Amino acid sequence: MTKTQNSSEQKLLKKQKIINDFCITFSTVNGSGSATANTTLMRTFFKMGIPVSGKNIFPSNIQGLPTWYTLRLSEKGYLARVEEDDIVVAMNPSTINKEIEYIVPGGVLFYPDDMKFANTRDDIVCYPMPIRKIIKESEVSPSLKDYISNMVYVGILAQMLGIPIDVIQEALRFHFKNKEKPVNLNMDVIGKSSEWAKENLKKSDPYYVEPMQGNEDWIMSDGNTAGALGSIFGGVQFTAWYPITPASSLAESLHEYIPELRTDLVTGKQTSVIVQAEDELAAIGMAIGAGWGGLRSMTSTSGPGLSLMTEFIGLAYYAEIPVVLWNVQRVGPSTGLPTRTAQGDITFVKFMGHGDTDNIMLFPGSVNECFEFGWKAFDIAERLQTPVVVMSDLDLGMNEWMTPKFIYPDQPIDRGKILWEEDLQKMLDKYQNEFGRYKDLDGDGITYRTLVGNLHPKAAYFTRGTGHDEYAKYTEDPKIWEESLMRIKRKFENGKKYLPKPLTKTNNSKSGIICVGSASFPVEEALDILFAENLSFDYMRIRTVPLHDEVIDFLQSHERIFIVELNRDGQLAQLLTLKAPDEAIKFRNITKVDGLPLTAKWIVNEIRKDEEKK
Amino acid sequence: MVDAEIRTGNENSAGLTRADYRGAPSTLCQGCGHNSISSQIVAACYELGLVPEKIVKFSGIGCSSKSPTYFLNRSFGFNALHGRMPSIALGGLFADITVKGLGVSGDGDTASIGMGQFKHLARRNMPMVYIVENNGVYGLTKGQFSATAEEGLLLKKQGINTYLPVDICLEALVTNASFVARGFAGDPKQLKNLIKAALSHDGLAVLDIISPCVTFHNKENSYHSYLWGKEHEVQLHDIEFVQARDEITIEDFEPGSSKEVSLHDGTVVLMKKLDKDYDPTNRYEALRILEEAERENTLITGLLFVDPNAKTLFDRYSLPDEPLNRLEPSKLRPSIDALEKINQSLFMK
Repeated sequence: MTKTQNSSEQKLLKKQKIINDFCITFSTVNGSGSATANTTLMRTFFKMGIPVSGKNIFPSNIQGLPTWYTLRLSEKGYLARVEEDDIVVAMNPSTINKEIEYIVPGGVLFYPDDMKFANTRDDIVCYPMPIRKIIKESEVSPSLKDYISNMVYVGILAQMLGIPIDVIQEALRFHFKNKEKPVNLNMDVIGKSSEWAKENLKKSDPYYVEPMQGNEDWIMSDGNTAGALGSIFGGVQFTAWYPITPASSLAESLHEYIPELRTDLVTGKQTSVIVQAEDELAAIGMAIGAGWGGLRSMTSTSGPGLSLMTEFIGLAYYAEIPVVLWNVQRVGPSTGLPTRTAQGDITFVKFMGHGDTDNIMLFPGSVNECFEFGWKAFDIAERLQTPVVVMSDLDLGMNEWMTPKFIYPDQPIDRGKILWEEDLQKMLDKYQNEFGRYKDLDGDGITYRTLVGNLHPKAAYFTRGTGHDEYAKYTEDPKIWEESLMRIKRKFENGKKYLPKPLTKTNNSKSGIICVGSASFPVEEALDILFAENLSFDYMRIRTVPLHDEVIDFLQSHERIFIVELNRDGQLAQLLTLKAPDEAIKFRNITKVDGLPLTAKWIVNEIRKDEEKK
Repeated sequence: MVDAEIRTGNENSAGLTRADYRGAPSTLCQGCGHNSISSQIVAACYELGLVPEKIVKFSGIGCSSKSPTYFLNRSFGFNALHGRMPSIALGGLFADITVKGLGVSGDGDTASIGMGQFKHLARRNMPMVYIVENNGVYGLTKGQFSATAEEGLLLKKQGINTYLPVDICLEALVTNASFVARGFAGDPKQLKNLIKAALSHDGLAVLDIISPCVTFHNKENSYHSYLWGKEHEVQLHDIEFVQARDEITIEDFEPGSSKEVSLHDGTVVLMKKLDKDYDPTNRYEALRILEEAERENTLITGLLFVDPNAKTLFDRYSLPDEPLNRLEPSKLRPSIDALEKINQSLFMK
């Protein structure tokens, strides 16, 4: 037993137990195989019914640089990041001196017993872990030693926090897809480590876990998998993509699930095609080609890829071609921080393309909403015949979350205004033998399209990004150009009814808070903290741009509006200012861009600062 | 033979007349090589009896890429971005694999900005025709050198070209294109047969056509001019396109002096020996003959290489017979039970 442990014991014994409400950070070296251990623990807590969230803070590197993984257990169900660590499992000698500073008073440090470091804290509990010894005693092949080493802390934590070993086994079985050998190998080390802790460590910290009922009917998934599954249930038929962090796993999930979910039971053929393109220029070109041909098509990318896709998006906007883009946002500008999260592409995507362009954005605010917007995006893109960009982010996309289970689409597939041979003939009969690809027959700005392979002699038209008239014929006529751009604008205005409305929580407050996407997790937690301090706010989570009238109403009906977002310039606030310039004087930008997800504590502090100014 | 039948009636085997294959009037310069290529495309499609609704035209940006509006009005078309016709075509043709893709690009569109997409299209053996209307100059921007312009070429605006040219056929060959031919806009008879063969090939058919720009680049001593082409053209073989094997007559086939290649759809390309033996199924021979032409300062034309059995991009997928874009929504959305199974598999609590 260490000296530190003795000295803090007295203080801690007086303290109450802390159950299911603390944060553990694992500091490891990238590529050391800690992910299995960490996700196993996360799944274990989840299976115990404890609300848990996991955040992987990792470098743009394969092996050798420091990586942190944080698990937050929250009895009340908060899934946002927190700033302090209650427990640190320090496996990386190069970062331990820093991590030790982040531990809360009364918190815990687990460390390998052969790791040398200067202990600067006498207000924390330190538990050594004989990793080398335990691994030596287990019969682990040398090649697996480093990986299995991480299981020692799993076993020791199990003993010290009260985690049932059988639930860990269940999580491992899931991880190794029921393969006996690796499960047994890992369980052997976990069992030995747990036994060792039971015999050698005296519990003198307040942290415990207990089974609860905090997530019935919930599942565990990351936003990229959810987006891919949502797309598959939305009927995606064509995907072209190019690898980029943090979006790659979205397309990889399509590769994984399409054979199972989209093989036609009658013919045995696949109804969805995936092409790994040579770059993002080609990926978006293929996706737009397919969208034009009449396939539900998509691509997934992040900032730098999006920059490359911009010219094509302008073409799709003006030539009115449906396509879905998943933008899993990372920190820019430039290559930026490829493995860190941000909401920094909002203004860019809105206007992506030269000239007067305007793009539809959907902001999923949770993993299950990634699934929902996955299928909805195709209906919107085909109905409005325009690119739809789903604005996810690295935090949502790459981290494993607990989330309500995926709900089956509650609306049938909407292919929009498509004319096959018979439809076209009916239309020709009705409108004096005339078909114009860009003719606004219904007055809603949305025109009819025929598709490749339509054998009607009047079906064909020539698609171009150059000026065209209602019949898709080339023209530079000033009046026609202006009319066609105005019609597209009208299409967007009328098209709002197809987009998900904002979600609102009202307390009849004079102040409001607005955010989009994954910022909602810390914002909603901050609202509860502020409410407990008698500071009450109305809340709106915007889910789409163009903005619904409800957003304008919300701006008009509040005296102060805090707009919380993960970027430098307040990009959501910029769009709100453009839409409602008269209201902009009320805006308070709560923005940050340090690569990490926002925390409730930081948001509360920022809002308090403003309160003090009042 | 096909031509004879056409002369006896106006309708081809698809019951269509030549007018059904026409496009809008050309807005390119009088005498532009591209216009004669458009005419040969119309003639080839008409004579092959292709249904225009079953052809989809693609192009990039440039004079050449404007030309798809000047033929096949009844075919869908997509005028894409500069250098990015290949990606649009690839996506678009997956929508219905029963239609034929006909791409028209230029030397700027293909050999400069579009080199990457061009080579990756070849690498994938995307089944479509890829015509390059190659004139060595940027016409729409009024006369800058393109990447296929020869070293030492003198142009009015830019002076002397100091860079080496790109040979589109060589690029196609080394990237495994399964059909590579070179034509000359000033040799319409051969050109029509090459276009017919390209349209009948199952795989990427690259057809590099030297197509003089009469406005900016038609000097008698330059590689891309009519005069130089006419004086320096060396045909690899006398090419005949035969729609069915039984149409080959004894006169057509002289043992030892002809090569024939059967294409995927049963058509036959018959190549009569001229000066030298040439085997168009040998990629090495194709590379060698192009090097030789460069050394000997000739414009070699004909079918340089063909592999009728190369695996195409579509062969690499398990696609249904029904075009993907005609599948009913019910075929696109998995069942509610499938989702429940997914939920269960995601460690559902």
